[in-house]
Amino acid sequence: MADVSTTDPAGGARKLSVASWFMVACLVALAVIPVAIYAGGNAFWLDIATRLVVLSIAAVSLNLILGFGGMVSFGHAAYLGIGAYCVGIPTYHALFGEFELIATNSGIFHVILAVIVSAVFALITGAICLRTKGVYFIMITMAFGQMIFYLFVSLETYGADDGLVITSRSEIPGIDMDNPLAFYFLCYGSLLAVIYLVHRIVNSRFGMVIQGAKGNEDRMRSLGYSTYVYRLAAYVIAGAICGYAGALLGNFTSFISPDMMDWAASGELMFMVILGGTSMVFGPVIGAALFLLLEQLLSAFTVHWHLPFGIMLILTVLFVKGGISGLLARMGRSNG
Amino acid sequence: MDASLVLIQFLNGMQLGVLLFLLASGLTLTFGIMDFVNLAHGSLYMIGAFFCASLTFWTGSFVWGLLLAIPCTALVGLAVELSVIRHLYARDHLDHVLATFGLILCFDTLTQLIWGPEGISVPLPDVLDGQVTLLPGIVFPTFRLVIILGGLLVAGGLYWLVNHTKLGMLIRAGASNRTMVGALGIDIQTLFTAVFALGAVLAGLAGMLIAPITEASIGMGNEIIITAFVVIIVGGIGSMKGAFIAALLIGLIDTMGRSFLDDLFKLVMSTEAAETSAPAVSAMLIYILMAVVLAIRPQGLFPPKVR
Repeated sequence: MADVSTTDPAGGARKLSVASWFMVACLVALAVIPVAIYAGGNAFWLDIATRLVVLSIAAVSLNLILGFGGMVSFGHAAYLGIGAYCVGIPTYHALFGEFELIATNSGIFHVILAVIVSAVFALITGAICLRTKGVYFIMITMAFGQMIFYLFVSLETYGADDGLVITSRSEIPGIDMDNPLAFYFLCYGSLLAVIYLVHRIVNSRFGMVIQGAKGNEDRMRSLGYSTYVYRLAAYVIAGAICGYAGALLGNFTSFISPDMMDWAASGELMFMVILGGTSMVFGPVIGAALFLLLEQLLSAFTVHWHLPFGIMLILTVLFVKGGISGLLARMGRSNG
Repeated sequence: MDASLVLIQFLNGMQLGVLLFLLASGLTLTFGIMDFVNLAHGSLYMIGAFFCASLTFWTGSFVWGLLLAIPCTALVGLAVELSVIRHLYARDHLDHVLATFGLILCFDTLTQLIWGPEGISVPLPDVLDGQVTLLPGIVFPTFRLVIILGGLLVAGGLYWLVNHTKLGMLIRAGASNRTMVGALGIDIQTLFTAVFALGAVLAGLAGMLIAPITEASIGMGNEIIITAFVVIIVGGIGSMKGAFIAALLIGLIDTMGRSFLDDLFKLVMSTEAAETSAPAVSAMLIYILMAVVLAIRPQGLFPPKVR
């Protein structure tokens, strides 16, 4: 997947060298460093790395619609929550009875349920959201995200705003989910698969239509493409991928609460995407890594870490254009 | 479901409606004129409430506290506009959203640093603290009635300001074609600053009015701001009239839904099913309304004529 880094055919070859080497280095580092530290006896950083990898999957899926499709969704964390509850609710019923139909610990079932429910939710809300544009779209995706948030807050059975604790992780044949390393590599493998999938989508004919519709919708329409249908399909795919990430997240935390899909969570996902840069499929992974590092570093200094974080966010918007991958691209251009 | 309860919940819905209007009017003004999306609008609501709380304790009177909190909130609005917001007008909506999301984090943390993590309850003077008898057998808290009347008064004032004053003329002109207004020699930057401060005051006022009922607390703005977004989406972004009608509509539907939906559901399903599903549905009711409105009219109920 050499040309993951670029979607710009002209002059792409040069920036690809810096950026794609950087990507490979990052992915290798992700496979080696946390594991090495864990083998050294410190479990903490493997936890952080697992969260990073899971959130990266969510951010990469958001970037498919935000970066490549120009659909600024402010409700993407809803799918993380839906995915997580698709693990939590069947596990809850497997333990406490009722709803025999979905009561199971099977991980395969959880994942399929998470992907399907997320896709259906994306299809219904996307069909309405995509009728609108610009700022309407931002606010409506946000409002639908909050709708799901309030729905789970009001469901007393599943813990309401206290959240739902699951006592056992999903059971997947052949993988010991309770082994932190095995779980980490499941997430890591998923991330690789998702990056490859999104890369293939972005560079396919379908992906070209999505990007074309972002650049000049009228032209795509006059070329005969029904941009609405293409956009909706991309929206559903992104939702389904993020639902999958949610299923992983639910398993990882074993504690599923509506806070996962609060609009602040959506904002953080968006920040990861923008910080990493939207022009690369891999960009959001860098953004997620920086976000988690910032969180760890700042919260080590002060419990009020949201203040420096907020200031950095504002400064990033005001002064850093194109995120980290934009910087990489510029480096690539000046070096080559 | 007796008639007096319906009337009382109707008034509660009106009270929520006018508060939503105070928030939504500022949002719709900044969007209509500056094309600016302000997520941090809810923070100004929170700041207003905290100023009002502190000043009420300082002066010993809620009325003085409120009157002094208004210019304070305006100053915060001005400071935010001058330092951050004005550099963003030329950017796209995504940048607006991210930067104002950053502002929310800053505001929430700063408020916590200044006023502490606990909420502050605001005492009312005796005159406002009681209840009034509206009809025989129907009593309603005086202060909630004051909120409704005050909110309607502000709505009337805004209507007058926008339609019958020079500033209002500039606002309307700025909304339809700001380049032209600038070309005619109006200092558009100052106009923007003034409009932003006006929106800040309206949001702050809503916070000041609700503080004695709920208390001033961290993050109070983040909950209501989404509802205010729903209001302006339903009303049509940029439309003052749309914001007013949609605010009352959503205030009423939300309040009535939470009170009476379980009774309605009991007519068609078992008591147990109604009691589990009603809270979930009523929590989603306004979003369902929004979805229906958008499915029929993607630009909202009263889209502004221009743009």
